[in-house]
Amino acid sequence: MPGGKIRVVVAKPGLDGHDRGAKIIARALRDAGMEVIYTGLHQTPEQIVETAIQEDADAVGISILSGAHMTLVPRIIELLRENGAEDVLVVVGGTVPQDDADELKKLGVAEVFGPGAATGDIVDFLRGAVPA
Amino acid sequence: MATTEGTGTDGWREELYEAKPERQGELFSTISGVENEPLYTPDNVEVEYERELGYPGLYPFTRGVYPSMYRGRLWTMRQFAGFGTAEETNERFRYLLEHGQTGLSTAFDMPTLMGYDSDHPRSLGEVGREGVAIDSLDDMLTLFDGIPLDGVSTSMTINSPAAMLLAFYACVGEKQGVPVSALRGTVQTDILKEYIAQKEWIFPPEPSMRLVVDMIEWCAREMPLMHPVSISGYHIREAGSTAAQELAFTLADGFAYVDACVARGLDVDEFAPRLSFFFNAHLDFFEEIAKYRAARRIWATRMRDKYGAKNPRSWLMRFHTQTAGVSLTAQQPEVNLIRTAIEALAAVLGGTQSLHTNSFDEALALPTEHAVRLALRTQQVIAHETGVVNTIDPLGGSYYLEHLTSELERQAYEYFDRIDKLGGVIAAIKENFFQREIAEASFRYQSEVERGQRVVVGVNRYQQDDERDLEILKIDPALERKQIERVQALRARRDAAAVEAALARLREDAAHEDRNLMEPIMTAARADVTMGEMCDALRGVWGVWRETPVF
Repeated sequence: MPGGKIRVVVAKPGLDGHDRGAKIIARALRDAGMEVIYTGLHQTPEQIVETAIQEDADAVGISILSGAHMTLVPRIIELLRENGAEDVLVVVGGTVPQDDADELKKLGVAEVFGPGAATGDIVDFLRGAVPA
Repeated sequence: MATTEGTGTDGWREELYEAKPERQGELFSTISGVENEPLYTPDNVEVEYERELGYPGLYPFTRGVYPSMYRGRLWTMRQFAGFGTAEETNERFRYLLEHGQTGLSTAFDMPTLMGYDSDHPRSLGEVGREGVAIDSLDDMLTLFDGIPLDGVSTSMTINSPAAMLLAFYACVGEKQGVPVSALRGTVQTDILKEYIAQKEWIFPPEPSMRLVVDMIEWCAREMPLMHPVSISGYHIREAGSTAAQELAFTLADGFAYVDACVARGLDVDEFAPRLSFFFNAHLDFFEEIAKYRAARRIWATRMRDKYGAKNPRSWLMRFHTQTAGVSLTAQQPEVNLIRTAIEALAAVLGGTQSLHTNSFDEALALPTEHAVRLALRTQQVIAHETGVVNTIDPLGGSYYLEHLTSELERQAYEYFDRIDKLGGVIAAIKENFFQREIAEASFRYQSEVERGQRVVVGVNRYQQDDERDLEILKIDPALERKQIERVQALRARRDAAAVEAALARLREDAAHEDRNLMEPIMTAARADVTMGEMCDALRGVWGVWRETPVF
């Protein structure tokens, strides 16, 4: 969306309730001037993709610490594709081992942010990666 | 230094301390943001010894809950473990017992925590990942295979489906020939902190509270050695709260359970001695020690004076501690050994009854055996090599520590007032009060880190570019398949009529508020009804909880 604010869906798939990171990121992105939609917890890939499409999101930030990233993230990417929304940028944050992060990037994830990532770096990344 | 003599702390401060500039950049407040003076002395700290501190084993228990503390018996070294299926975790349990651990602590996987069987569609990819998958009594029998339950105490971190897991445990005892009344351990069961912080819930707050009270009532009668609730601040802190919030929200939850039991008609001295607590041990050393001491004093004071408990055992707060997972870094992970050691030392100096030390690789994955052994060794070094166990509450009387203890206590009472004004804990949960307070604190801390006002070694200072890969534990994805086959095989071979009858009775009793649900749950467990099926039956009667997301 030219000239508009970047729209980001911050999503929590999986059954884990670790939402400290997702909330910090949501707030940091909002403070950086982005439109942020936070899905809340325990979302299915279907629910997340539906939200992303309904909200006309530029990016989806997936926060996952349940260890199920290799099941749930590929499913989200697949569903985005099936719904013609493959232009939505997918970013992942959480406890993701390096091998898995490499694999997810091959599948189309733009970046994986691990524990300790600075919110400023995530803001900069989104600004750079979302076409203006 | 003659100029300052006789002018006390103020004189010292003006003439000497302020003569030199302070370091700039990093904050001098505690990690939670409590302001610190440069020096505490009798001029700015007042302690009424007998009333505020007293003696170990005596009201108000500030100095410790037992007269002899660690000179009588060391704390229980209890490492939390669970992954894969019951078979893998049974092996890890035996490994820990062989290496000198003195109690068991079970981590369940996410589907179990949320009340889904392993073959439920929501469980896909989550089975056995962050804990052990337990669907039925059959799984529980495997989990404790070769571990006689009369010889261990077992802690189970389970909340929404706590009643089902307690029933499975009781049934394992029955099958091993150990009377239920002889089983020892702790079930977490603290549903209030789930809504506040950990977010593994099933039912709405009111029926959830009823189930908690059912368990407390049933345990008081049938399982007197079991702690039916472990009122937990750990997860509140992990969600990003301050130490004072952890203290205040946990105790507020504790009082809410007491209120609920009293409303059921139970006598406070009948159940209060079996309530236990669970706190975090974070990095701000003195603040943590102060937190444990303040917790004991507040609990004792309110239980005696507000709830009229007469049995001194109802006044004393026993607690488990776990070092702060949230303080671990993925960067230079070996440094986590040092963080954990310092946190564990704070827990011991704060008088904990049992302790879990995190493994250094836990910001990356579940721990390897090597990492777990080092974590256990950390406790053994503190217990046997440092000498801190030789004197009870050795830091008691430190001007700084006594000041901080009183300050955290004051902040907790302030929160109690705010919660009361909102209409109590459940009303405050529904208004997202706790969730907002925690999110605020967590964002403030993160901002301080990003501004460099708080240093995290290896993250925002002393970084290292050439970090080598650490060997981490991988959970075999085949285990999920294996567990799904297990639960489906069980469904195929059990007595379907008995299952239907047990579920019908559970639904019927759940619809009547005056019936205790533990008996029908025990009956269902014996009939091989799965945990997910029991939860589904109750979902049908009570509905499910949904949170309004805030950030």
